[in-house]
Amino acid sequence: MKSYDLIIVGAGIIGTACADYASQQGLRVAIVEPGPIGGGATAAAMGHLVAMDDDPAELALANYSLGLWEDFTQVAQIEYNRCGTLWVASSDAEYAHIPEKIARLAAVGVQAELIDGEQLYRLEPALQRGLAGGMHVAREAVVYPPGMARHLLDRARARGALLYSQRVTAITQQGVQLDDQTSLAGSVLVATGCALPELLPQLPMRARKGHLVITDRYPGLIHHQLLELGYADSAHGDADSSVAFNVQPRPTGQILIGSSREYGSETSQVSMPMIQRMLERTFRYLPALRQLDALRIWTGFRPVSADGLPYLGRVPEHTNVWVAAGHEGLGITTSLGSARLVIDQWLGRAAAIDARPYDPARAVACV
Amino acid sequence: MAKRYDIVIVGAGPAGLAAAEAALAQGARVAWLDAQSAAGGQVWRKDIRYGWPRQAARVITEVVNHPHATWMPQTQVIAAEQNALLLQNEREGWRITYGSLILATGARELLLPFPGWTLPGITGAGGLQALVKQGWPLDGRRVVIAGSGPLLLAAAVTAKRHGAHVLGIYEQASDAAVHGFARKLWRWPGKALQAAVLRSQLAGIPYHCGSIVTRALGEHALERIEIDGPHGTQRIECDQLAIGYGLVPNVELAQMLGCAMKQEGAHPCVDVDTSQRTSVTNIYAAGELCGIGGRDCAWLEGRIAGLVAAGADIDASLLRQQRHARTFAAALREHFKLDPYIHDLAQPDTLICRCEDVPLQALKDYDDARSAKLATRCGMGACQGRICGTALAELGLFPRSGQRPPLFPARLASLGELASSSETEGSFS
Repeated sequence: MKSYDLIIVGAGIIGTACADYASQQGLRVAIVEPGPIGGGATAAAMGHLVAMDDDPAELALANYSLGLWEDFTQVAQIEYNRCGTLWVASSDAEYAHIPEKIARLAAVGVQAELIDGEQLYRLEPALQRGLAGGMHVAREAVVYPPGMARHLLDRARARGALLYSQRVTAITQQGVQLDDQTSLAGSVLVATGCALPELLPQLPMRARKGHLVITDRYPGLIHHQLLELGYADSAHGDADSSVAFNVQPRPTGQILIGSSREYGSETSQVSMPMIQRMLERTFRYLPALRQLDALRIWTGFRPVSADGLPYLGRVPEHTNVWVAAGHEGLGITTSLGSARLVIDQWLGRAAAIDARPYDPARAVACV
Repeated sequence: MAKRYDIVIVGAGPAGLAAAEAALAQGARVAWLDAQSAAGGQVWRKDIRYGWPRQAARVITEVVNHPHATWMPQTQVIAAEQNALLLQNEREGWRITYGSLILATGARELLLPFPGWTLPGITGAGGLQALVKQGWPLDGRRVVIAGSGPLLLAAAVTAKRHGAHVLGIYEQASDAAVHGFARKLWRWPGKALQAAVLRSQLAGIPYHCGSIVTRALGEHALERIEIDGPHGTQRIECDQLAIGYGLVPNVELAQMLGCAMKQEGAHPCVDVDTSQRTSVTNIYAAGELCGIGGRDCAWLEGRIAGLVAAGADIDASLLRQQRHARTFAAALREHFKLDPYIHDLAQPDTLICRCEDVPLQALKDYDDARSAKLATRCGMGACQGRICGTALAELGLFPRSGQRPPLFPARLASLGELASSSETEGSFS
């Protein structure tokens, strides 16, 4: 039986980030992935690197990760584009809350600035008139997530990590069993996102479906990742379905349009009623988009843990099984910090940020 | 509120036309639509100078003007829902529902990559025919027609009629294969006559078998081509190359509707029963999308689908004729089988995906279309892999990955304003 220090199950952005960091730390790593690299939620994601200030633990992890992303700005296949984030206030009430947000972000070192109505239209002339203003976070960026997953995997493989294209059928005392009846021995780190319950049913995980639409090429129409300030209500609320204005300029000149959130839909089929809701929301903010051509619509599933924070650490009642999964819509942003948090704990080191909020034990306890 | 029709027919080529004519005769209310501005499909495309072919003109006029027919030209299906289609034309998007749906979406040309194939001046064989019929000027231009199949003859006739100087037709199939095919033609008298007419119209244009265009050259546009034939390699100076390697079924809408497929060579086609029923209740398919069978076969299958969808009986002779027409298709496939040499023409730097400029060498590390797409953007462009995905399947690299909605580039307004919704655009102040 082949033996490794760490067997990482899943080669999405979380699994590949773990493989990259673990191999960098000198661990002998195996990665098991039967599908395309970064082919799950990673491929469906927008790839917006963003700090959300609504939850302190989430902000700490995002901020830690955003710093780590700075090492990857020059890698071509990641398509790193520091376009900045522009949060748009649709009402005076939303505008009035911006200073609090700026203060919360500033407390961890993220610089954001208040934008009045006039400045808003200078930054984004295509926005609908009548908006109150917004918040500009200049250093945030967009990336191409499957490109990042492949880059991280390539680095890990260059350091000797091995990729197995099988499926893990079971976690055993020694390691994992694969679907070709072979086994691998070592510590196991499960990073399978929405598929987590197949291997770790004790950790609650729900799949939250999202839709995205990408247009043909219209370079220069928008310049920043644009979100409504009400986005957090959609992202953090628990409604069965919700939509929010969330639009991104791709380096190709294409415009990527989100976002929807939906529980209870298990097929990857596109829901036209959901697309209509999402686009109507988009047209409220960017009426010029009506006349653009859409090329493709796709769906994906965000892995949502019991409380919305990822599970990062050792699985309770297992000495040798670890987990990194459940990042909902922030997995691209927080991938690099998540990997360090888990691997540092595996190595018995103190993590760079407080690891307790992400301890999987919290979820097992509440089941 | 979506408008409902007894029968909706997608595609106005021979299959769609025959279906519409048959269903209307049974008293059904029929809506039929096509992406083109005039009915006729590819094979009966209206010629700006010469109109429709005589046999098509009568039935097209009849069906278009029938009081129970709603003709929707320049209309595309952009997405499908339960018993409803989302349509779009140049002005607006809307939704229709149906009792029965007849898919007659035809076929497109198989374009295969070779060095220089993306130079301006190179089109498909049917592609050139379509352009010329719509008024694209060819007067005095030196045209070479190449690739495979009877479509080359039709393309040459059209080009010649429009004043082109057709230098020659270069068919990849061997002399023996083409003559073997010609000797069988007596079994389909209509086809034999058609071939004889085409040949007479092509008097003076040389027809070469066993000849493959291996390279196209030119600085900014096509200047010359290289052809490998029975007598070695030759270079031909020309202004225009029309090259097509036969046809592949347009199955994307059928796939989106969940209809079961079967394989015909490297490409999927719709699986139907003898009544042209697909695996999905109330959805029929007729013509090329059920496997390349040609015009006569499409007409017969369209007629069968139209009758069955309208609740009428079909007589045994119609079914017999349809089976006989399908055997013609089988003979065609057998005799015009592609020389494997054609699969090896593309070089590492030859573009495979024209939308996203992806060369062959960029794809060599991937085993499936989705991985290749995620890594290289191959197939991510406006055609959604209709050209490159089909070529990659034909070359045996990997089958095309699934189609995503919309079926064709669709205005966001068409996708976003189809249902009534509580959210309306308004001012924020």
